[in-house]
Amino acid sequence: MRGIVKRFPGVLANDDVDLEVTSGEVHCLLGENGAGKTTLMNVLYGLYSRDRGEICVDGSPVEFKGPSDAIRHGIGMVHQHFMLVPVFSVVDNIVLGSEPTRGGFIDRDRARREILALSREYNLPVDLDAQVRDISVGMQQRAEILKLLYRGARIMILDEPTAVLTPKEVDELFKIICALKSSGCTIVFITHKLREVMEFSDRVSVLRRGRRVATLETANTDAAELVKMMVGREVVAHVEKSDRVPGRVVARVDEVTAKNQRQLPALRGLSFQVSEGEIVGIAGVEGNGQNELAEILTGHRKPTSGKVTLQGRDMTGRSPKEFLRAGVAYIPADRLRDGLIAEFALFENTTLGYQDSLPFAKGVRLDQGEERLFCEQIVKEFEIKATSTSVPSGLLSGGNQQKLIIGRELRRDPRLLVAVQPTRGLDVGAIEYVHSQLIRAREEGKAVILISLELNEILSLSDRILVMYEGRIAGEFTSAEASREELGLCMAGGRASQ
Amino acid sequence: MKTQSSFQHRQGIELVVAVLEEPIARSLLALFLALAVVFLVMPVLGANPLGAYSSLFAGAFGSKQAIGETSLAMTPLLISSLGFALAYKCGLFNIGLEGQIQVGAVAAAFVGYSIHGLPSAVHLPLALAASLAAGAIWGLGPAILKARFGIHEVISTIMMNYIAFKLSAYMVSVQGPMKDRLDLMPASPVIESSAKLARIMGGTRLTWGIAIALVAAFLVWFLLSKTRLGYKLRVVGQNHFAAEVGGIRASHYYVIAMMLSAGLGGLAGGVETLGVHYRLLASFSPGYGFDAIAVSLLGGLHPLYIIVSSFIFGALRSGAILMQAKEGMSKDIVQVISTVIIFVMSMADPLGRLIKRRIGLKTNA
Repeated sequence: MRGIVKRFPGVLANDDVDLEVTSGEVHCLLGENGAGKTTLMNVLYGLYSRDRGEICVDGSPVEFKGPSDAIRHGIGMVHQHFMLVPVFSVVDNIVLGSEPTRGGFIDRDRARREILALSREYNLPVDLDAQVRDISVGMQQRAEILKLLYRGARIMILDEPTAVLTPKEVDELFKIICALKSSGCTIVFITHKLREVMEFSDRVSVLRRGRRVATLETANTDAAELVKMMVGREVVAHVEKSDRVPGRVVARVDEVTAKNQRQLPALRGLSFQVSEGEIVGIAGVEGNGQNELAEILTGHRKPTSGKVTLQGRDMTGRSPKEFLRAGVAYIPADRLRDGLIAEFALFENTTLGYQDSLPFAKGVRLDQGEERLFCEQIVKEFEIKATSTSVPSGLLSGGNQQKLIIGRELRRDPRLLVAVQPTRGLDVGAIEYVHSQLIRAREEGKAVILISLELNEILSLSDRILVMYEGRIAGEFTSAEASREELGLCMAGGRASQ
Repeated sequence: MKTQSSFQHRQGIELVVAVLEEPIARSLLALFLALAVVFLVMPVLGANPLGAYSSLFAGAFGSKQAIGETSLAMTPLLISSLGFALAYKCGLFNIGLEGQIQVGAVAAAFVGYSIHGLPSAVHLPLALAASLAAGAIWGLGPAILKARFGIHEVISTIMMNYIAFKLSAYMVSVQGPMKDRLDLMPASPVIESSAKLARIMGGTRLTWGIAIALVAAFLVWFLLSKTRLGYKLRVVGQNHFAAEVGGIRASHYYVIAMMLSAGLGGLAGGVETLGVHYRLLASFSPGYGFDAIAVSLLGGLHPLYIIVSSFIFGALRSGAILMQAKEGMSKDIVQVISTVIIFVMSMADPLGRLIKRRIGLKTNA
């Protein structure tokens, strides 16, 4: 791949990226979230069309119109989210799209034979007749790999294959990869976990912000060097912040455990506290329990054990409404899903969460005059660019949408502000604005929990930094002592044993 | 020349998109297309479309009596359509209105004939309340299944329809508990006159039911656009994730919306029973509950616009009777009209988006 450029509206996902994968190697693609790894591979796989650049397979330029072209050239991809039909059997899923037929009917016997042979050859045990929805994630992944082998793929792209696996399944996957490699397959492995890179890759390419930083022989590098390349050495933006001593404890989390959507452990005994006038930054690689923690802190998820205390009151197991009442404001990560009602007018959006309180609630009625007045104040105070308070919030720019949410939440005069990825997808101006508002909340004596994947953001705003790894706090740093390298290593599980 | 015509071409497409996006224009387009389709189908069925439409029109608006019949047919349509819109605003598709109408009718008829000696001022409201309550209870099951287990309300309300049909048929079957033993018809005894809805317009069968329906339209409008409850229902309907973040438990409001919606269905059955048939008749409803979906969509799911769309559907229903008598065109052709309307209304949004994407039109605030 040479000079690949891929632009999305407002984002340059791949900026002139070269990538060379040699036959028979395990090549890791390393980078933070949003570095452009998956985009690059989707371009290779024919899912995205590129804006510039060229792709060559075995030395000759190719033009893929879609994944089927890629497969014809022996390139296959296992996505992070599997593309299997849950109610089909494993056999049917594997042959789907290239079914062997006899007389117009699917020749299941032949399919079974061929799949069984592949499964033995590459040591990929699967239960051929089970429905996909009934088998473990690890087996689903093996079914995906078999599907590629069945189609004759020799180059396999695995997109964060370990993200959804249990540690035991990860070990099995590594064995599979070794087996594939020894049989001559080429593997491109997308990850942001250093351990995986060091453990079994031959070469590694590091991407940062859409650009390729370097391609190295794994044997000639080490984790520290890779972290440096991955997170970069940009100067942390200086934010004006007064020196202040944190006040009383606002929120406490004691030994909390919780499960995620898939009923797997997401938080494994987590404890910390946050005080008035303090910003606690929670760093970590995506999927280490940050989202679940945010939900615990706002009442949207019930801990399976442990205790959540707000200003001395036990809030464990309370509803989101009670958390709201207790003074918790929430800036959710996905603003269009959780923060706003896109079809509703601005003034109806700012009412959300206040619908039962004065001055809006008048008996059974909702006072639209008060709603509009309140919204106008927010629009003015938080410098939201909108022609009127009656336009649907979905038509605002991302930055203005976020300002609307921040305005609504800060107007609550909360004791605790939980901000998750508050600057995701925003432009520089909006990011600065959001940061200034978080600082303002701190200066006003509110407790702020900032959960972010952006290390820069965490470093420049936080008074204290907690690193989450696999549902636990893997390390705690004060803003003065924290360095990007140390944090990055901790995030990658490098100090998980401490 | 070429650029001129392509410019006009583009303007034409933009007009189509505008029509598809503007609620009233879209509804008129749906109505027009439905009437046009039927107009083209009629000759195939051996009818004269011009004659058929003119007798349809005369049957619907030609006389005081015709207007009375139109409004009479409009009454249960309006009430049940309000029910559909209310549930829809909360993100629920209540396809069980027909069954809720049936159980409402059962309850109203029972209260109407079994209680004697009450003044009308007590008996009538009691019978109406019974129909409303029966409908709401009929909606409770699907509501709880949805709220607790996430079972889709379309499935459960359809199932509840069949139970309701059989229930009301059983009630007035030969051995049924509500069967009038003195009558050969599958019907209950006639209700007390104290439970009857009084006529409102001399020379027609129109009753105070229409007033109840119009008040209901106003109340549903008020509920949805002016009250806290309405706000919460709408938030849940548009984005239940954001609702939870705003402290609104979506599952609670599913139950409330479904019960209110089903209650309106029951009320529609009650009004029809207490104002038109005066007894429970097996299969008295010609499918008001299903038409309610078309009426509601045609009215853009807005309670006040639904008054207009239910009037149009009432006109189709009452006019079709004269059309059938004079032109021999089956009155069931009205079903085709309502089907085309549902089709066009549900196509409008995706179609508008598709065209826009094709020509690269951008919408801005």
